[in-house]
Amino acid sequence: MEYVIMTTGFALTISGLYGLLSQKNMIKMILGFTIFTTGINIVTVAIGYIKGGTAPILDDAGKAVGKYVDPVPQALVLTSIVIGLGVTALMLAYVMKLYKDKKSLNINDYKDLKW
Amino acid sequence: MNRKTLIALLIAAMAVVLFPLYESYQGSEALSEVGQYYADNGVEDTGAQNLVTSVVVTYRGLDTLGEVTILFLAASIISFFLSFSKEERIENRQVRSITEILTTSAQILVPMIYMFGVYIFVNGHLTPGGGFQGGAVIASGTLLMFLSNPNFKLNHKIIHFVESTSGLVFVLIGVVGAMMMDGGFLSNKIAGYGFGQVGSILSAGAIPVIYTFLGLKVGTELSNVLGIYVESQNEK
Amino acid sequence: MLTVLAAILGIASMVGAYFAVHSKKLTVAIIATGIVSMVASILFLLLAAPDVAMTEASIGSALTTAIFFFTLNKIRQTNE
Repeated sequence: MEYVIMTTGFALTISGLYGLLSQKNMIKMILGFTIFTTGINIVTVAIGYIKGGTAPILDDAGKAVGKYVDPVPQALVLTSIVIGLGVTALMLAYVMKLYKDKKSLNINDYKDLKW
Repeated sequence: MNRKTLIALLIAAMAVVLFPLYESYQGSEALSEVGQYYADNGVEDTGAQNLVTSVVVTYRGLDTLGEVTILFLAASIISFFLSFSKEERIENRQVRSITEILTTSAQILVPMIYMFGVYIFVNGHLTPGGGFQGGAVIASGTLLMFLSNPNFKLNHKIIHFVESTSGLVFVLIGVVGAMMMDGGFLSNKIAGYGFGQVGSILSAGAIPVIYTFLGLKVGTELSNVLGIYVESQNEK
Repeated sequence: MLTVLAAILGIASMVGAYFAVHSKKLTVAIIATGIVSMVASILFLLLAAPDVAMTEASIGSALTTAIFFFTLNKIRQTNE
């Protein structure tokens, strides 16, 4: 199971990167970025998976029941998802302002800083 | 070199970078050293049943503080970018009519969603969940409110008060922990009741306190971002 | 059994990613990204990470999609 999920994570990473690079529409670039982040998160959680492990929650006596998966990658991914929302919202705010300025979503129309 | 070749090259480079990780991956049988330490000593160190919570709030509490700061900065920049003056505002914007079903069910569901969000972050040290999840659930309740009533306005005074107070309390708990105990910044030994009985709601030291304020902060912040996006629809 | 479920979900997320990248309509692409996030949250649950699954389901698929649609609506409004 973990191999399948790992493969999915890598495939999502690659296709997200492809979308980010190949698209010219700014909103679709941001969508590609979102998929890229999701793929990386899946890969990170899959690295911490232990065969037959359960969620890292102890029983009422505070003792371990069987095996756990690694809690550290999960905590890191928790942080990553929340920051991902902040970054996405920020990029979309920029897109709204840029569109108001030039009425275009095509990234090639914004050449003000190109040299 | 044209654009498509360049893209293909970049993706191939990314695949080459990722491939060793994929090839060497084998579902591991045992925890890594750090994970093993947390599994063995997590209860004695923090008193929390949920190990992810103890990693997020106590072992890596400083990271969480940085994360909250980044979220706050993002929300501030968005509100700076999407603000506009009163002259540019469209009064009584035309929206598609909203069905009775959505309005009525939103009135019933929104308080329940808020209650569920509070439940998630208060029980963060016992069950899956915590400040970020609870805050996100609260923000989705606000989203339902916006969808059922586009002219709904958040009370900015209350939002800003709750947001800044919870952020301040979060830092203050850390500073008090650093001054009074030997635990250092964001030590969770400062709560009066100690670690308590593992499994009860008043346990795990400062973790429930920190997670409650974190949940309030994240919930108000994400609601505020949604409110800014909804308000920006009124700009000409 | 779980492997088959993971494979089905993986294929579903790949289809979602394909539509997100190649769809001509922006609304379809945004919905497809939301589906990818939703499937990813089930995959996190299979990997025994309920905390991450909750975060991904509420933030990744609900709030992100909503913000994309608010932006799209604003852009269409500016166009009129």
